[in-house]
Amino acid sequence: MREIITFVLNNRIEQVSGLSGDATLLDWLRQRRRLTGSKEGCAEGDCGACTVVVARRDCATGAMRWHPVNACIQFMGMLEGTSVTTIEGIMPEGDDAPELHPCQQVMVDRHGSQCGFCTPGFVMSMFAAWCNGEGLDEAGIDTTLAGNLCRCTGYRPIVDAAADLKTRDIPPAFERRRREREAALMDEIAHDETVVIGDGARRFIAPATAEEFAREYANTKDATIVAGATDVGLWVTKQNRHLPHMIWTGRVRGFGDVLRQGAHWRIGPAVTHEAALKMLAAGRPDFAEVMRRFGSLQVRSSGTMCGNIANGSPIGDLPPMLIALAAEVELAAVSSNRQMPLEDFFIDYGVQDRRAGEFVSALLVPVAPSPHFRAYKISKRFDQDISAVMGGFNISVSDGRITDARLAFGGMAATPKRAATAEAALVGAELGMDAFQAAALAMAGDFTPISDMRASAGYRIQVAANLLLKYGMDLTGTPVPRLTGPGAGLSADMLREARL
Amino acid sequence: MTADRITGDIRTTLRHDSAHKHVAGSAVYVDDIPTTDDTLVVLIGQSPHAHARITSIDLSAVAAADGVVAVLTHADIPGVNDCSPVYGDDPVLAEDEVSYVGQAVFAIVAETMRAARDALPLAKVEYETLPAILTIDEAMKAGSWLGPSVTMESGSPDTALAGARHTLSGRIEIGGQEHFYLEGQAALAVPGEDRDMTLHCSTQHPSEIQHKVADCLGLSNHAVTVETRRMGGAFGGKESQGNLPAILSALAAHVTGRPAKTVYDRDDDFMLTGKRHDFRIDYSVGFDAEGRVSAATFEQALRCGMSWDLSEAIAARAMCHADNAYHIPDMRVISHRCKTHTQSNTAFRGFGGPQGMVGIERVMDEVAHHLGIDPLLVRQRNFYPHKFTPNGGKGRTPYGQLVEDCVLQDIVGELAESADYTARRAEIEAFNRANSVIRRGIALTPVKFGISFNTTFLNQAGALVHVYTDGSVHLNHGGTEMGQGLNTKVAQVVAHEFQVDFDAVKITATTTGKVPNTSATAASSGTDLNGMAAQAAARTIKGRMRVHLAEQHQCAPDSVTFTNGTVRAGSAVMSFAEAVKSCYLGRVSLSATGFYATPKIHWDKQRSRGRPFFYYAYGAAVTEVAVDLLTGENRILRTDILHDVGRSLNPAIDIGQIEGGFVQGAGWLTTEELVWDDAGRLRTHAPSTYKIPACGDRPGIFNVALFGDGENIEDTIHKSKAVGEPPLMLAISVLMAQSHALQSIGSDYPALDAPATPERMCLVARRLGGPGIVLGSASGEG
Repeated sequence: MREIITFVLNNRIEQVSGLSGDATLLDWLRQRRRLTGSKEGCAEGDCGACTVVVARRDCATGAMRWHPVNACIQFMGMLEGTSVTTIEGIMPEGDDAPELHPCQQVMVDRHGSQCGFCTPGFVMSMFAAWCNGEGLDEAGIDTTLAGNLCRCTGYRPIVDAAADLKTRDIPPAFERRRREREAALMDEIAHDETVVIGDGARRFIAPATAEEFAREYANTKDATIVAGATDVGLWVTKQNRHLPHMIWTGRVRGFGDVLRQGAHWRIGPAVTHEAALKMLAAGRPDFAEVMRRFGSLQVRSSGTMCGNIANGSPIGDLPPMLIALAAEVELAAVSSNRQMPLEDFFIDYGVQDRRAGEFVSALLVPVAPSPHFRAYKISKRFDQDISAVMGGFNISVSDGRITDARLAFGGMAATPKRAATAEAALVGAELGMDAFQAAALAMAGDFTPISDMRASAGYRIQVAANLLLKYGMDLTGTPVPRLTGPGAGLSADMLREARL
Repeated sequence: MTADRITGDIRTTLRHDSAHKHVAGSAVYVDDIPTTDDTLVVLIGQSPHAHARITSIDLSAVAAADGVVAVLTHADIPGVNDCSPVYGDDPVLAEDEVSYVGQAVFAIVAETMRAARDALPLAKVEYETLPAILTIDEAMKAGSWLGPSVTMESGSPDTALAGARHTLSGRIEIGGQEHFYLEGQAALAVPGEDRDMTLHCSTQHPSEIQHKVADCLGLSNHAVTVETRRMGGAFGGKESQGNLPAILSALAAHVTGRPAKTVYDRDDDFMLTGKRHDFRIDYSVGFDAEGRVSAATFEQALRCGMSWDLSEAIAARAMCHADNAYHIPDMRVISHRCKTHTQSNTAFRGFGGPQGMVGIERVMDEVAHHLGIDPLLVRQRNFYPHKFTPNGGKGRTPYGQLVEDCVLQDIVGELAESADYTARRAEIEAFNRANSVIRRGIALTPVKFGISFNTTFLNQAGALVHVYTDGSVHLNHGGTEMGQGLNTKVAQVVAHEFQVDFDAVKITATTTGKVPNTSATAASSGTDLNGMAAQAAARTIKGRMRVHLAEQHQCAPDSVTFTNGTVRAGSAVMSFAEAVKSCYLGRVSLSATGFYATPKIHWDKQRSRGRPFFYYAYGAAVTEVAVDLLTGENRILRTDILHDVGRSLNPAIDIGQIEGGFVQGAGWLTTEELVWDDAGRLRTHAPSTYKIPACGDRPGIFNVALFGDGENIEDTIHKSKAVGEPPLMLAISVLMAQSHALQSIGSDYPALDAPATPERMCLVARRLGGPGIVLGSASGEG
């Protein structure tokens, strides 16, 4: 076990110890290293002003991948073995180098900054996309930048800058040198030991093996499991909660794997949303679109599927979809292991069927295609918003009759919950609008939602019922075009052509 | 010099002067300023109650906590306990009573933010809660006003209404808006000798902070210096709201003798600071069969919050924009300034103008719906007469100002054509007849926005220019840079005067030590005022140089020319630097102040009459939206804008203001919803719950152009027009397009309130009989 963390910062090796386990990367950068280019705009991972790029090697292929992350909710211990690049770190170096990096120059050329406070974050999101060679095209740019808020420009010049950057996709010599050195330094510091960082009051441990992880969790009083810290990070930054022992899933060998297990994908506890997306969204365009809108690239690059389940939020976007798909959850402890349908895991608000010492060790999602699966996310803003109502629906049809129905909702109750009455109204009925109309009316008995800052109870009931109607239209040959989607939404031309 | 023109001259597209620093992360904001290790941080202890009497305060455990250096209450203030901009009604720290959830009660001064946050729950403050008034409706019912209601009247509205062929009445409710500048409020105070205090603040109004800090500490103004290099966004939210963090920093520095910094985190910023006022507007209107409006009355009730702040001037501007672009001879506007136990609402881009304008645009939309004609025709029929209308044919506003510069006929005509408005409207209506769930809407709305502070004395500015012997120029003026490109434009003006390249002009931080007694950078007037002041300073220096060079080279002073880096005097030709050196050796002062006061304006706030505005800025937008009637989800498909900035000083910066203003306005009217609970607690206090537009929310097609024939008829800086606020109101086209989409459902008028969130759109669509499940017990519109 090493009581020091080692990572690469702007292409120099950094070693840090004796720091509070809950110290965030942003505070450390700004206060300890005086790298003040990364800004704090919200301290909750919603504005992107603190975006930095964390390079990791893909656990399956070993290929380098550059992830934009919100430094405000990254704990220092999560950086072990990575390469962190801040806005200061992309400035070109060398005799042949220009004054600014292409990611910066395009923003100057296109008048992409006004007050400048959000600008470093935008540049870093574009830098990550540029390094990965994706997400700068017209279809992808809204997704690439959804996690960066700008209050001045209205975004048009920034999108134009990204389009310019797309045409400069061959890395210049100074950037190739930077990447070579980055890879070499990461290889130099790589090791497979457990690491821990703490100041006596707060400790962050990153176990290297599953056994160690389970043992540590079972034996530590007041332990908090941390995965992507997109939620636990806020406990610290927003609630000032004292977390004496944090145990991180991210370094455990095997926890980051997505494996085929029989008829299921087995998603490990450290698998991020981004990493799982390709497998789970295959053949399920609605799943892909909800995931595209889920948080932001920064959040999806850190946050994990299992973490989203484990925190038991009644408004999480994944549970309704996964319940509709009949996913199962696996819980493990030092010497036990059990599995249950996901909907059974959620007992009540803030209460899950998780015993002492147990943690969510895997999520099991059916591989088989689901032609009748649809998902609808209703929120005030399309991108990066928590849902008012989230619906994940799936039915089985045989000879024109509905034989099984799974209608799961978020935002309608204290937990993600299936609409039992509405399901019953569907099962046995002929596949047609009448069945969905009846189910939508029946659903009034399934939920008594609350009014809060996201929606009134009245709207929640109305829109949930209407979603069933929409679902029916989508399955019975009169699909309604979605107003969401990659790019700046559908154009008037697309709408004109749509047959409704 | 080989180019035929200096680089960065006026009327050229030039990047923001800090663009390189923005993208490099090296632009310094208050929280980035290197500080000494002994710098302390300040954390505010807030009221948990909307209205309560403080019965006891025990902060001993806080004071004793690790890392806490001091705990401040009102008793620690040596001078005046007030941070208000005008009326003296905003305590820095509460004394006996609290008036909103979030109000500052005490302040913890600590070595680290963690220490301060750990100590916060140790405070024991006891309250006796009192009844609270939270909403406009409650305030109107209770008669809870900050001051008497004000009436503006022209003609005989009652008689005209009674005689009108058609009349209609209605109400619109318009939500508020959080500024959400990306950089929160921030101030750093550094104590000096003689009890002097130097502050670095993120503020639009360094002079006010200087005065308020001096008052609070019992010092003369000369003992306090306030400096502002730049803000990470402001939008009006740093006009008065920067006072509190600055005063607390100064007080902490005063008490401890150490530098102290107050930087609000996002939640505190939401809870502590005022927002755009929410409005309730009742209207009655009389019109003929063609939609010509002969009479209108508006009753505007605005939620000011717990104190005046800037609400009086905001209410006045709302009244002055109740007419927007329309000449309505008989009109009355009544303004009720509601006092509530909520954050004290404040300046926000448009300053009441947007809400006033939404009222009349709603009226135009409803009149058109009532008559079954295109709202654009109704709007055009009511415009103020064009500026080329012969004398005597021009219109007077309800407050008595003659509208002499109207160009909306040209702008709207050109825009309707370039955006293909009429054909698209017909196609959209056909589409709506053929589709049940997705509906589209289109609207063209105009903007006429008055430029100048309503409060006449604020329309003044100063500048300070030094020319050094190497020909480089040091520029300082009273305006502050919040991203709008003010410094760039003013430096262009100075470069133009001296005919030197833009890079020869050094832009320096705004400081009360160089230019005193400044007004806030607000009311879109930054360039108008400070550009003129800087020009005056530069011309003073040039005048002295001319006299000296004329004498030296035996020519008339007026014949000395400054052109493209070269100075010519008689037969002598020299570089600017050589000319400067010659002047220096000739013992000529190369430093000058400049001053400007806007001419022609006056305002009688008691009678709501006068000429408050030097001129008007004009623009128009066409927006097309799509709405899903089953969910209420909606999206802007396309926006076309044509906007008048006079003769643009910098087209890139002006376009940036227009696009940014539009998207910010669209956010206000669609996704940005402030929600307080029944106890008066703001529940939307972070970006997780308060949704400003994201990248994907910008219009799918976004065509923005400057009105080609634009030229200010008044003598403004190089005939340009102000651009900061007016474009925000172009976004009213979004709300009106939403209304158009909903009008396709049935014959009832949608009467859509703002913001048009998915919830509101869905429930209005349901009420109008749109598609969707009919639920017996579904509750009303949220």
